[in-house]
Amino acid sequence: MIEIKNISKQFHTAEGTVEALKDVSLSIPDGDIFGIIGMSGAGKSTLVRCINMLERPTQGSIVIDGVDLCGLPERKLRKLRRDISMIFQGFNLLMQRDCLGNVCFPLELAGKSKPVAKKRALELLDIVGLGDKAKAYPAQLSGGQQQRVAIARALATDPKVLLCDEATSALDPTTTNSILELIRSINEKLGITVIIITHQMSVVESICKHVAILDNGAVVEQGEVTEVFSHPKSTAARRLVFPEGDSDSLIAGDAEQRFIRVVFNGARATSSPLIAKMAVEKGIEASIAYASTRSIGGKAYGSMLLSIPGGDGAVQAAIGYLTQTPDVLAEEVTAHVS
Amino acid sequence: MFRDLSSQEILQESWRIIAAEFPLAIWETVYVTVLSTAFAIIIGLPLGVLLVTGEKDGILPLPSRVLRTLNGLINLLRSIPFLILMILVFPLTRLLAGTVVGTPASIVPLVIAAFPFVARLAETSLREVSPNTIEMAQSMGASPLQIITKVMIPESIPSLISNATTAITTILGYSAMSGIIGGGGLGKIAINYGYYRYKYLIMIAAVVLLIILVQIFQSVGTRLAVKADKRIKVKSN
Ligand SMILES: Nc1ncnc2c1ncn2[C@@H]1O[C@H](COP(=O)(O)OP(=O)(O)O)[C@@H](O)[C@H]1O
Ligand SMILES: [Mg+2]
Repeated sequence: MIEIKNISKQFHTAEGTVEALKDVSLSIPDGDIFGIIGMSGAGKSTLVRCINMLERPTQGSIVIDGVDLCGLPERKLRKLRRDISMIFQGFNLLMQRDCLGNVCFPLELAGKSKPVAKKRALELLDIVGLGDKAKAYPAQLSGGQQQRVAIARALATDPKVLLCDEATSALDPTTTNSILELIRSINEKLGITVIIITHQMSVVESICKHVAILDNGAVVEQGEVTEVFSHPKSTAARRLVFPEGDSDSLIAGDAEQRFIRVVFNGARATSSPLIAKMAVEKGIEASIAYASTRSIGGKAYGSMLLSIPGGDGAVQAAIGYLTQTPDVLAEEVTAHVS
Repeated sequence: MFRDLSSQEILQESWRIIAAEFPLAIWETVYVTVLSTAFAIIIGLPLGVLLVTGEKDGILPLPSRVLRTLNGLINLLRSIPFLILMILVFPLTRLLAGTVVGTPASIVPLVIAAFPFVARLAETSLREVSPNTIEMAQSMGASPLQIITKVMIPESIPSLISNATTAITTILGYSAMSGIIGGGGLGKIAINYGYYRYKYLIMIAAVVLLIILVQIFQSVGTRLAVKADKRIKVKSN
């Protein structure tokens, strides 16, 4: 259990004081996949760096399994960081070491002998599907492969927590999905608590159980992913769910209309024909209020907002119809402004 | 002045001098250069590390007064012309080498002149390591010493080798200059025969040999640096 209690962080710069975090409180249960989403500059990286104390909060405390990290001296923190691994947007591999050497790195830091480290590293490279790349250097690998090496390295010290700071933001959607799949299977098999920092809705939707929305240094909403995304209350959440910005007026304008948010997570279907088919088969004349979907290798990714005419029945029928297709999520979105 | 260069007699005499004195002179030049560079690296590399890690947001911050003093000392030593520095360090040279003339004695001023230069070169190389890489090591619980020995230095090895090559070729030039005041090697020969005795052919031969030595050091260094760099994409069939 990770408890983030009322933390604030200020940076004092030449231009003045930056309040990167303002009274942030979160609790993250063991074994969870917890998303922290927000725009660039919202304070996500600062928050995640506070969790392993690379950044000391100005106020508040971070308690992991009952231990308050803020009270610990640097030496104890270094040891504790082996329990909290981290992967990064830029992978941050050691470019002058081969894959095996990279995975051995945290084991060397922990004082393990060369043969022990090597044996464990080879096992981990197998787990991430790169058993044959032990002797390859990072420069010879694709981005996705490099992130797999970074994941193997992060697992080397048997951590309890895996922090992912924009770990898929430099990757294409197909590779993103395979990395998220790997993280999910690690979470399931090893029971590691995963914290995912991202600015992409699709990442949170496809993997997280809980989410917190960070806006301008403060948590504006948190809860289960489906709950937060289907009933966005804060402006920041609504901006994420309706990236077009004008959807506010669009939704508020018509009381007769109901809205469904459809998410494509690599569904073997293209978005528009699916809506057309629904009109033909179910007689539901949905119109697309907003769509941001892409087709990659015959699979659809992204989300769209459908406006559905005619009451509860039609909405339920539409959700029922859409969710029959594998890898498609659909839920009603309420529009009340809090 | 080059009028009588080609006369048979002069050619023969020059050849005799070259054959008699050059092998030792080349050896002296090489060993003085290599030893001075080695000592300069032993002193300069740790200082270069301190210059990078000792900054306010570095991994091992030094009191700002200490860092300023270190920077000031390096700048000061680098701004003194080498010939004057040689004379200034006579007392130290006498203390360490027992004398101020001769080949071994010339190592002292060479090291004093070169270590600040090496410290700056090392600083530049070490700064090339991305802060993200250092953050990665910190996130895994690396201590500052582990970051220096396992991340900063190994990750900048190719750049350190290139800069060491620059250092050794520069020190070779200085070592030739030290021939003016007591130092040995090719520099001494060039000055003794060329400047004091007007035997230009000997001087030219010494200079050509110095050029060849620089070329050798430079191409070996460049080759080593390229070979050490694992960032260069190797085509794996
Ligand atoms: N070391 C620092 N010094 C000064 N300001 C910083 C520092 N780190 C982050 N900030 C500021 O804090 C805010 C949040 O940054 P960050 O946590 O990196 O955001 P995000 O990861 O969500 O994009 C930004 O305004 C940024 O400029
Ligand atoms: Mg960030």
